[in-house]
Amino acid sequence: MTVRRYFQEHPIVVLSLLLLLLVGVLEAIRPGAVTPNWFRTTVLFAAPLGILAAGQTLVMLTGGIDLSVANVATAAAYIMASNARHGDLQAVLLGLAVGVAVGLVNGLGIAVFQAQPLIMTLGMALVVTGGLTVYSQFAVTSVPSVPGFIHTLGAGTVLGFVPVSLLLWAPIAVIIVVGLRRTGFGRLLYAIGDNAAACRLAGVRVWQVRLVNYTLCGLLSAIAGLVLAGTINTADLGLANTFLLPTVAAVVIGGTSIFSGSGNYSGTIIGAMILTVLNSVLTLLDAPEPIKQILYGAIILLLATAYTRVLSDT
Amino acid sequence: MSELSPLLEVSSLSKRFGPVIALRSADLSVRPGEVHALMGANGAGKSTLVKVLTGVLRPDGGTIALRGKIRVIASPAEARRAGLMPVYQDPALIPDLTVLQNLRLTGTPVEAVRRWLSELGMSGIDFGVLTRDLPPPSLRLLDLARALAAEPDVLLLDEITAALPADLTTRVFDVVGRRRAEGRSVIFISHRLAEVSVFCDRATVLRDGETVGVVEPARGAEAKIVDLMLGPVAADVARAEAQRAPIRSGDGPGKSRLEVKNLRAGSMLQDVSFTVRPGEVVGVAALEGQGQGELFDCLAGVRKPDAGQILVEGRATSFRHPYDAIRAGLVLVPADRMQALLRQRSVRENIALPLVSRLTRWGLINVRSERRRVKQAIERLQIDTRAQAQVRRLSGGNQQKVSIARWLAAGFQTLLCFDPTRGIDIGTKRQIYVLVRELAAAGSSILLFTSELAEIPLACDRVIVLFGGRVVQVLPANVADESTLLRAAHGLAAEAAS
Repeated sequence: MTVRRYFQEHPIVVLSLLLLLLVGVLEAIRPGAVTPNWFRTTVLFAAPLGILAAGQTLVMLTGGIDLSVANVATAAAYIMASNARHGDLQAVLLGLAVGVAVGLVNGLGIAVFQAQPLIMTLGMALVVTGGLTVYSQFAVTSVPSVPGFIHTLGAGTVLGFVPVSLLLWAPIAVIIVVGLRRTGFGRLLYAIGDNAAACRLAGVRVWQVRLVNYTLCGLLSAIAGLVLAGTINTADLGLANTFLLPTVAAVVIGGTSIFSGSGNYSGTIIGAMILTVLNSVLTLLDAPEPIKQILYGAIILLLATAYTRVLSDT
Repeated sequence: MSELSPLLEVSSLSKRFGPVIALRSADLSVRPGEVHALMGANGAGKSTLVKVLTGVLRPDGGTIALRGKIRVIASPAEARRAGLMPVYQDPALIPDLTVLQNLRLTGTPVEAVRRWLSELGMSGIDFGVLTRDLPPPSLRLLDLARALAAEPDVLLLDEITAALPADLTTRVFDVVGRRRAEGRSVIFISHRLAEVSVFCDRATVLRDGETVGVVEPARGAEAKIVDLMLGPVAADVARAEAQRAPIRSGDGPGKSRLEVKNLRAGSMLQDVSFTVRPGEVVGVAALEGQGQGELFDCLAGVRKPDAGQILVEGRATSFRHPYDAIRAGLVLVPADRMQALLRQRSVRENIALPLVSRLTRWGLINVRSERRRVKQAIERLQIDTRAQAQVRRLSGGNQQKVSIARWLAAGFQTLLCFDPTRGIDIGTKRQIYVLVRELAAAGSSILLFTSELAEIPLACDRVIVLFGGRVVQVLPANVADESTLLRAAHGLAAEAAS
């Protein structure tokens, strides 16, 4: 009872303990596996997921969802890489612009034309992927290449074991965590997730908040795509496509309600770390791929179920 | 078993939600063939008691005995099997299914429902229509008929008459009362003292989660019930306040703050014109569905009128969004509190909601200024903030206060109150009416619709009566007694006395 109460009030502590437990399991299976270098690679892989899941957290807080995050990330990375010859900065800005544009279209559809977020973003995911394929066949003349500083951003290290991507992820995380708590925009995201009709009655122009929110999600997806391209040092048409469901899983494990109105990005960060560590534990087990998938899915299910059981009232 | 042994016996039932004690020690004894009222101020624990009795909540302590046997009621289904059947405040029907489909869904015998409906004088309901298309009173009666069809030993009616016009209320008690002969009982929750004293055999009064008395509501017992509900100190205060609240009759002819000209919207609101002056409380009296809902929605910017004009301070306006109405100084307190509130958010966030953009500087909320404004509003309305972390944990009366406090904090010129005292205890009602008078005295204008006609002379300066989407009468509130208003609201008296 008291454990449950504590969990309800400090989910982040319990999630962190769970993360430590997983790290412990890893060390037990393979003594000596947990090293500064292990930390480096874990963060390297967690950073793109964490940034991608940041946008997902923002839209899920309002009771929405964005199924186009992974496709937007891929498109941003690919368009950046295929325009590298125009100069690094232009290429990066072009990549980010893709994210903003798709996010804006999602936002317009959902906030102004009242489309269901699920349908709108699923549709846009297909449009983006299809559009990207056409673009790659007809408009790309040079071999895509990742700008050098993006590669450093995605794969570099400072002070021996601190990944450069952490230097980007950490400020983004701070801005989002503090922003959700202290800004009017953050306050309104929770309010809209709780009761959008009540917000309208109180004079809040809900559509504006939603529009900005989906645009922000598009931008964050593009940033994640660029980081991921940097990590792998290449960008192809399927770069981030396996990331969609992990973003939703990270948000849910992190304690943001699918029915919205409660949650925070700090939970999502731990969620993304848990998923990444879980992946490396399963990799170390040397289990065949299907077994890994089954375990991965089962553990996510278990976590999410435990969460809803413990957090639901009486 | 003797005739007089109770059908339902509840002893020292308790239930707490975290730090909030909802039920301290509730006792309730219902005899066979009795209509038993359950009374209490908001937050006294009535709803919690009903939820425990119907298996929605598990009690922390105490016992429930049916026909002398102690029962543990672990789920709503079990409560039903034990013969306890509730009819809740909100219709428990799925809006997108027809009446027939709803009945089939719950396995309710259709013929029995039809029979009870015709007893209730509602044989006209077409079972093939979607329940969303039925007016609220029909839904309430359908819920009731469905509960009656289960032939329960104890029927629990939670505020069923709140949405019913007077003639249907009488009908409901007629039908329900007939079951007395079969030794079946009714537990009846209502804030309407008049109904309780006319229709009920006994009344159990709860205060602060405890049973404080069982009263036989003969004539003159109303005062005793009120005293029990409020407790010794609060009762005196309420009486003094009720006498102190001065009723003036408007500011005489002067500039109008709000002027409505030939407003038309949808099929209900046909052609309505009236004015509200600064410092004036204008009451709106109407039966269910005479266009008052559309009128308030148009004034609050929730919907656009089809024709007509809304003038604020003499200037024509066109509201495309509630934001526009709020900027023009018109703010709405809707009837359904949950429509206005963020259930999972705190009292502070709920009150500050319309203020967010004004409290924000460079994107950041000025917490100190927010705290100050919210605190002032909470103190002015005496909101009980013990359960302030989530508004859904507050009692109905406190929730209503929060939805009003929001506008006190944000500021306004004209307050549009739509049935603000529906389902609220008498103490809170008085507070709300005293507040309305104070606001008017300070220069605000108030447009107030209430379904309880007796309240109009208490709070208003003038009253307009709507019938069929038109204003059929305008009266000074001090001559608007209940029978005059009721006749006008039925479209009977056309001789205007404005």
